[in-house]
Amino acid sequence: MKQKIRIGCGAGFSGDRIEPAIVLAEKGELDYLVLECLAERTIALANKRKIQDPTKGYDPLLERRIETLLPHLVKNNIRLITNMGAANPIEGAKKIIEIAQKQGLKVKIAAVSGDDVISDFRLGNDDFVKFGNEDFTLELIEKHQFPVTNNKSTIISANAYLGIEGILEALEADAQIIITGRVADPSLFLAPMIHEFGWKTDDYDLLGKGTVIGHLMECAGQITGGYFADPIKKPIENMENLGHPFADVFPEGSAVISKVEETGGIINLQTAKEQLLYEVINPNEYYTPDVIADFTSVKLEEIGKNQIKVTGGGGKTKPETYKVSVGYKAFWQGEGEISYAGSSALERAKLAGETIEKRLKSQFEEIQVDYIGQNSIFPNSELQYQNSEVRLRVATKAQTQAEATLIGEEVEALYTNGPAGGGGVRKYVNEVIGIVSVLVDRDKVKPIVAYFESL
Amino acid sequence: MKLYDIAHSRAGDKGNISTLSLIPYDENDYEMLCQKVTVENVKKHMKGIVSGEIVRYEMPNISSLLFVCQDALAGGVTTSLRIDTHGKALSYALLEMEI
Repeated sequence: MKQKIRIGCGAGFSGDRIEPAIVLAEKGELDYLVLECLAERTIALANKRKIQDPTKGYDPLLERRIETLLPHLVKNNIRLITNMGAANPIEGAKKIIEIAQKQGLKVKIAAVSGDDVISDFRLGNDDFVKFGNEDFTLELIEKHQFPVTNNKSTIISANAYLGIEGILEALEADAQIIITGRVADPSLFLAPMIHEFGWKTDDYDLLGKGTVIGHLMECAGQITGGYFADPIKKPIENMENLGHPFADVFPEGSAVISKVEETGGIINLQTAKEQLLYEVINPNEYYTPDVIADFTSVKLEEIGKNQIKVTGGGGKTKPETYKVSVGYKAFWQGEGEISYAGSSALERAKLAGETIEKRLKSQFEEIQVDYIGQNSIFPNSELQYQNSEVRLRVATKAQTQAEATLIGEEVEALYTNGPAGGGGVRKYVNEVIGIVSVLVDRDKVKPIVAYFESL
Repeated sequence: MKLYDIAHSRAGDKGNISTLSLIPYDENDYEMLCQKVTVENVKKHMKGIVSGEIVRYEMPNISSLLFVCQDALAGGVTTSLRIDTHGKALSYALLEMEI
């Protein structure tokens, strides 16, 4: 058994920078590299691509990330764990094989699926129960004709957050690259700890500790100064070269989080505390498919420059259910923007906004009017200031693309029909995919692992 | 003074919930923040932004507070018409609070 493993996190969302992962793979002396690339809605958008082309549906940046990373991973004997499989881990794995063949590299890849509960297990209306108080979700599922998702259906994806199981199986089978669909983010980190240290999967105290470490790591740059820097109160050096983190994890469930020397950013108590509490709804009970973790006993300690020691934390028995994210076609969003500046900028912007509202209120249920520079970020709040330029933004929900287009057209018409000095119109129309959650019994879902080898 | 002068914060999102941490630069200020930054005061301060209940968690292990704000994201991240659908900037709304 190893006395220490080093896990790096080279991406914290689908659109993350490419090069921090390369720096980690090249200079980080890693055992494992994790790329976390799935936000709540990412997989629904990926499933839309898969419905149009069955060979797609994995992360759109997969090719670029893997082409640049693979030679370093093979050379330095680093195992990669990533959820870049998105809606199609198997086609993602095949794409990686194709890249490996081209580069003349020998790799064994595992694709972990089983999260797509509609396609993989044909689960239907009666299999889901309510999560929180979202009655709306059950109504949505009630109306849907399971088990099909296609271009015409309202529901376009339903993915369970799987845990460690599929990844563990792939690690035991010696896969060097493990590409998954929807897996809870901390599980991507917890699985290699369990595999290397021989932790029991019902040792919830250790699983809780490992989950804390995974949670600190999963957003990559968010613990090294990203989503943190403030030039007045929290200045960060060399942000253009922000390093992503690695964790040295020890068998008793502690870790030291750091980054490659000479990369930008900072890891200190402040960045670690912000990330520990990020997106936490109850620090006494942080739910994952593997454990219900306790964050209230975590200790953070600055033990050197850019070095945070993490100890403590714990956990109790894992939940009986998996959370399932359901993606559905919600509405078409139409938007238009126009700017006003100088004396009476706000007054003119407001005249423009009121004009649009009067013209459209009979057609749309919900019209959002923002004065950017004034109240668009802290809406309806008294936290407002006077500015020398104001940008009007109007947004609505429409049933069709054509209806949504109307908003931009109305804002554009303000050029010649609205207040003085309006400029810089932009128009946007987008189909909005909504995400809601339901629960499903654990025993109705299980991971499916498939293996592929190059050369 | 403003909370901004003595503390920092990060906003997180889950559905229609916004989570706002409040972390003093000096850990000695933690007790004072516990006394002054009550749920009631935060509710009043975040009026117009947060429409639902707010729960405050005290985290003496890291000298920090966590505010979990229900109905804070105009229906939720994926279907809100707001420009900042995630409420990423709401941490700075909290830090505007005078104490």
